Order: sequence, then C-alpha cells, then structure tokens
Amino acid sequence: MVTLNDYLLVSGLLFTIGFAGVMLRRNLIIIYMALELMLNAANLSLVGFSRFNIQNNLPDFNAQVFVFFIITVAAAEVAVGLAIIVALYRARQTTHVEDLTSLKF
Amino acid sequence: MAPALFWTFAAIMLVFGLLVVVSRNPVASALSLVACFLGLAALYFSLDASFIGVIQILVYAGAVMVLFLFIIMLFDLRVEARRKMNVSAVFGGVVVVTLFMRVLFDVAYSFQNGNAAFPAIERRPEGDAWHIGMTLFQTYNLPFQVIATLVLVASIGVVLLSKRELK
Amino acid sequence: MNPLPWIILFCPLVAAAVIALFTRRLPKLSSYLSVAAVAVSFLAVLPVFAGPDQTGGFNWVDVGSFRIPFGYLIDGYSKMMLLVVTGVGLLIHIYSIGYMADDRGRSRYFAGLSLFMFSMLGIVLANNFVMMFVSWELVGVSSYLLIGHWFERASAADAANKAFLVNRIGDFGFMLGILMIWSASGSLLFTDLASKWAGLNLSPAYLAAAALLVFCGAVGKSAQFPLHVWLPDAMEGPTPVSALIHAATMVAAGVYMLARVFFLFQAQPATLTVVLTIGLITSLLAALMATQQDDIKRILAYSTLSQLGLMVAGVGLAVPQAALFHLFTHAFFKALLFLGAGSVIHSLHHEQNIWRMGGLQHKMPVTFWTFALATLALIGCPPFAGFWSKDSIVAAAFARQPVIGGVVSVVNFFTAYYMTRLFVVAFLGHARSQNAEHAHESPPVMTRPLVVLAIPSAFIGLPFVAPLFLPFLEHEAVAALAILVSLAVLVAGVLAAFALYRDQDSDSIRIPLFENRFYIDQFYNRLVRWTQDALAATSAFVDRWIIDGGIIRGMGGVTWGFGFALRFLQIGNLQAYVFLFGLGVVLLLYLVLFAS
Repeated sequence: MVTLNDYLLVSGLLFTIGFAGVMLRRNLIIIYMALELMLNAANLSLVGFSRFNIQNNLPDFNAQVFVFFIITVAAAEVAVGLAIIVALYRARQTTHVEDLTSLKF
Repeated sequence: MAPALFWTFAAIMLVFGLLVVVSRNPVASALSLVACFLGLAALYFSLDASFIGVIQILVYAGAVMVLFLFIIMLFDLRVEARRKMNVSAVFGGVVVVTLFMRVLFDVAYSFQNGNAAFPAIERRPEGDAWHIGMTLFQTYNLPFQVIATLVLVASIGVVLLSKRELK
Repeated sequence: MNPLPWIILFCPLVAAAVIALFTRRLPKLSSYLSVAAVAVSFLAVLPVFAGPDQTGGFNWVDVGSFRIPFGYLIDGYSKMMLLVVTGVGLLIHIYSIGYMADDRGRSRYFAGLSLFMFSMLGIVLANNFVMMFVSWELVGVSSYLLIGHWFERASAADAANKAFLVNRIGDFGFMLGILMIWSASGSLLFTDLASKWAGLNLSPAYLAAAALLVFCGAVGKSAQFPLHVWLPDAMEGPTPVSALIHAATMVAAGVYMLARVFFLFQAQPATLTVVLTIGLITSLLAALMATQQDDIKRILAYSTLSQLGLMVAGVGLAVPQAALFHLFTHAFFKALLFLGAGSVIHSLHHEQNIWRMGGLQHKMPVTFWTFALATLALIGCPPFAGFWSKDSIVAAAFARQPVIGGVVSVVNFFTAYYMTRLFVVAFLGHARSQNAEHAHESPPVMTRPLVVLAIPSAFIGLPFVAPLFLPFLEHEAVAALAILVSLAVLVAGVLAAFALYRDQDSDSIRIPLFENRFYIDQFYNRLVRWTQDALAATSAFVDRWIIDGGIIRGMGGVTWGFGFALRFLQIGNLQAYVFLFGLGVVLLLYLVLFAS
C-alpha cells in the first residue's frame, strides 16, 4: 500500500530536481520552469497531508484551499515574471544569466 | 490506490521533471514540464483531491505552460550555444544539491505516523468541489478577495511591463 | 577638661590667622603678635610641665563606628618636647625680629612661623595617629612656605618644592602604615594601641610592614637616607627658619614620633635592625659629606643630618629614651649654632662661604663665645650637654656590638673634625674678605637669645639636671670603654682639623665624592627624568598606537572592512545568489533537524 511517506519522498525528489535546475541551468526560461517544479512539489506535499488529516471522515480541505491559492499565485507570478523576461530580452538580447551582471559591485 | 499505479505516475513525473532540467532545447523542456504536470495531476487524483487535480491541469498545463511556450516561440529561442562551463559554480551547485538530497533521505520515512495506510473517507455525493468551495468562500473569503485583487494587479503589471516604450 | 593644652595649641594658630587676614601691611605689629602668641604658649607649658600626666580630647569625626579623635596626650615625652618647642621657638621668634628687620615679607614670615608652631605643637600633643598625621602634613606645608620665603630666587622656590615632595614620599608610606594599623586594630589612640598592639596576634610580616611604613614617615621628615636630599637645600630659607625648623624641632618630629610608636617596633624586633642601619648610614654619609662643604649653613645642615641619624640609630638600638635625650640637648645647641651662624651672616651682609670669613674673634665676641660653646657641646666635649646625650647612645651601641660602636665612634670623629674645621676657618685666623674686615657685633635682639640658649647647651646634660626635664630618663651605668673611645676620637678629630686648617686660605683637601654629596642628587635627578621619560613614552605609545591606531582607526577600519566584505555579496550573478540561498537553507535544515 502507498503511505504518506511515499508521497512525501516523491515530493522531496521533485523539489530537489527543481532546485538543481535553478542552480545549474543558465537559461532564464529553464530556470523559471524549474522554479515551477519546486512550487508543485510543495503542492503535492500539501495535498498529501490534506488526505492524511481526516476531519469528520473528510479530507482536511483547508490544505486544498491553500493549494488552490498557491496555484493562483504561481500563475500570476509566471505572468509577471515572463513579462519581465520579455522586457529584459528586448533590452539585452540575451537570456543567458551570466550576461546579466549590471548589479555587480 | 495500487502501489504500481502510484509508482508509475510518480516515475513519469520525476523523469519528465528531470528532462525539464536537463534538456538543451527550451521547447523540449516546456513539453516535458507539461508531461510532468500530467503525472502530478494523476497523483492528486490518487489522493482523492479531484478538484485540485483538475485545477492543476487547467491552470498549469493549460494556461501557464501555454504562456511559456508562447514566450519561447516569440523569442525564437534555439538550442543555446555551448559556453565555457563555470566550474566553480557548477561544483557549488552540485555540492548544495547533494547536501539537500542527503537531508531528504535522512528524514524520509522517519515520520512514524506516516507509515500507516491512509484513513478511510466517506464519499459524499456533492464531491470535493463543493466542500472546497464552502471552505473557500466561508472561511477564507478575505484571502480570496485579496487573491483576486492580486491577479488583477498582476495583469496590469504585465501589460505595463510589455510596453515597448512608455508614451 | 584642662584648657591649658588647647591654649598652648591654638594661640599660634590664632596669631597666624590674624596676621594673614588683618595685619599684612603692618609688619611690626605682625611680628609682635607672633612673638606674643609663642610667649603665651610657653607660659602655658610651664604649669603643664609641672603638672601630672594626663590625656583628653573629643571626637572630631563621630559617625557610627567610624571615629577620629582629636586630643592631647601629656606624658614625659610630650612634656619635654613642649618645653623645647615653645622655649626654643620663643627665642627664635625674638631673634627673627632682629634678623628679618629689613625684609619686605616680614608679615608673611611671621604668619608662617606661627602656623609652624601650631602644627608642631599639634604633632607633640597629638594623642592619636590621625591628628599627628594632619599636623605632620601641616608642618610640611609651613616648612614649604618658610623655605620658599624668598621665592623670587629660583633656587629657594625649587628647594621648597623639593622639601615638600620628598616629605610627601615619606608621608605616603606613613599613611599606609597608619591605615594598616587602623584596619588591624580599629583604634587610633596611642595609649590604646600601646597596650593592644602586641596582643593582636597579627602575622610577623604584617607587623613588620606596618612598623616600617610608619618608619617611612620618619625617614622623610627627619631626612634619613635615602630621603635626606631635601635638608641641605632647605638652607635656602632664612637662618632663623633653619634654626627652628631644620635643626631643633621639625626634623626632630620624626624621632619623637618613633619614640611615641615604639610599641610597633617592639612587637617586631627585626624592624629595629632596619631602623638602626638606616640611622647609621645617614649618620656616616652626612658626616663625610660635611667635611667638604664650604657654606656655613650647609655644614650645619649636614651636621643636623648626622645627629638625626644618631638619634634614629638610638631608636634602632631599642633605647628611645637615649635618642630623645640627644634630641633634647641637640635642639638647644643646634639652634644656638644656627642662630650664631645667622648672626655672622647678617653682619657680613649675607656672606655664607666660610672661606670668606675669618678673624671674627674680637669683632663679634658674643657670637664667637656662644658659637664656641655650642661647638664643644655638639662634638661631645664634657661637661657640656652633648657629651652626656651622645654618650648614652654610644654606650648602647657598644653594648649591642663593638662594630656598631666603632661606626658611631667614626661618626663622632668626623663630627669633631668638620666642626673644628668650621670654627677654625670661620672665626679664627685673619679676615679673608672685605665683609669680614668690617664685621661688627649683631644687635642685642639677636645676641640675647644666643646667650640664653648657651645656658642649657652647657648645663642641661648634667646627670643631676637632665632628669628634671626628662622624667623618663633612666639611669644606666655609664660604660667606661664608651667614654674613653668617645674622648679619644674627640681629641683626634679636633687636633686633625686644627692642624690642617689653621691659618689656611683655602681648603687643602678636596674629595669630590664627598663634596658632591655622593652624587645622590644627580642620581635622583636622573631617576626622575628617566621615570618621566618612560611615562611620557608609554603615554605617547598608548596614544598613538592604541587609542589613535587601534581604537579610532581600528573602528573605522573594521566598519570599512565589513563594508568591503559585504560588497562581495553583491555579485550581480543570479545563480550565485541562488547558490547562497540554497546553501543557507540546507544548513538551516541541518541545524533544525539534526543539531538541536
């Protein structure tokens, strides 16, 4: 049978993959996508716990509402973030992260 | 749900997630991400969170990834040219990720209560959408309004940011 | 309560206050006021002297268990000292009227003299340590004021400073000693302590420390080695001051104090060895230095040093009564010597070099004969006073150890030698300068005190006379050996000086070591300068490197350094930020999960 711990492990692995992507890739878009992976991993954990904590024979819907909010916010964030990337690409003609160093001391 | 199904969908999710990170082609990454989300949605269904699962597909796979693909296509991003690898940065990244994984594996399966099967739930006729809706509009009404405003603001921001020049 | 001791004590103070506040412009009135005050004190001493031993007083500070008494103690010691201080003091006051007749600062001088009398009487009458210490310091102040009377002369001002500072060093030790005694016993009264001190069961080290620290005060005040350097320079003051303060009374205060607190030394006999050694060293050094001096007052100053050394040695030999006996006789003939020298100086228009005097035998007869008598008394010629008092110390020295007796005898030899040298060169022979040619006898206001002082110098030492004034004197068997040796060195010294200096025009012997006072002054100079340089260098170092460099520039530098280090965090590289972020998260996880 599948237990909560399995879900949590999978969630952690997904998070690690996303984290590695953020750390190691140089392309802005890819980094952004890896960021989404991390968010989703958190969502998975939340839903797992929601199913685990029973209230009146029903899953705990508070966590699921939380997930709902996360998804909404993530969507808004993607929109804004991509707008920024677009603006950046128009200014610098590059999406390579190492070229963006004007904030260097 | 049967372990076999669980592990299948988990594997789909993880493998495609890995592909996202590893692909050289941005389009390949984006499409891998879509597949990853599909696997994730399946997992949500396995947890009896059907509403969330559907939302996941609708919003994430349907809207967010489409947006990503639009941007990629807009800028005609090709396979990125190989550059000299920054050894120290890569090394640092690898170290941190390794440490993180170590932590993860140390804590995995150490949650004692989590080793039991999921408790049984009652299947209501109204489905969980009704319940989520009730929770959302009753308990979390204010945050809901705030989120709505947030999305509005985000839209305005996006429009502003996309302008070529502010006239 | 007996009012007499208070009258004795406070009359001179009242005179000093009145002179200082009201009669500054009236020097004649000031002088008479001062003399009158001392006369009243002297008259008040006579009934006290004849009366019984007593003590009394009140508490000056009385706060809870903290009590500082203020009172008088009349016993054999203080009776004797009262007589000396007021008697000799009165004569010197009268003499000063003549000596300072044409001095512009007469009022100031007499105010200082009266202040001194008050302070000295405070020391003599004090029945407790604190009162004695306060008076001790006051005496130092008066001495400073009086030595520096002619302050326009740089050498006089310097000499006053030197006296005060050197005394201060000794007084510091004295104060520490008093504090040690007070904290150990809780009492300050002499009578109390004398009976209690030995029974307190304190450690020998503590007893020794307390006794030696108190001895420091005597070392300073009585100009013992190594704090003797101020006394010769103190001769810059007017001669009556030298007579009163630096011959008869103030310097004797140290010896008096030692006799008062002798119980401290009795409790720890090892300290007596220290006292004896210092006394002997002082005595010998001073005698040697005196043989080569040319200023008449300097010679007398060194002679005082030497005799003080003998007195301290007497205390060290555990015969404080003998020391006080010598102090008593010494006061008279030393005062006489100084006043006589003053008479000569005055009539030779402030000439002080003995090689420019001479042939005064017939020109100044009273001075001549009284000076001769005093000289004989000082060198210990029987039957004059000095012989008896010195002899008691010599006898004690021989009784302890022949070596010590030998040292004392050597000192006596040199005493006879340099005093004869002084007398022969200054008074005998022919006049060696214009001033000496035209010398004449001093006015009676100056010569009468000389005559009055000559009487006790001659007679007061005699065995049937002395106990009248010194009730504590015990009759000891007079050792024949001691007397013989003393007489022998006396004759030898006189003859040697006569042979070498009769009819000479300049000194035939020159020993630079003695003449330059063993270079002790130069050594102290060098020491003080070295200390100051070291302190200044240390301060400069601390200021430049530690305060300026370390703290001020350091703080600025640290801040700057922090800023510089933090600057490197602004890399501008996105993934570096992520790296740091991730690293932080991982470490946090580790901490939370595993390290708590």
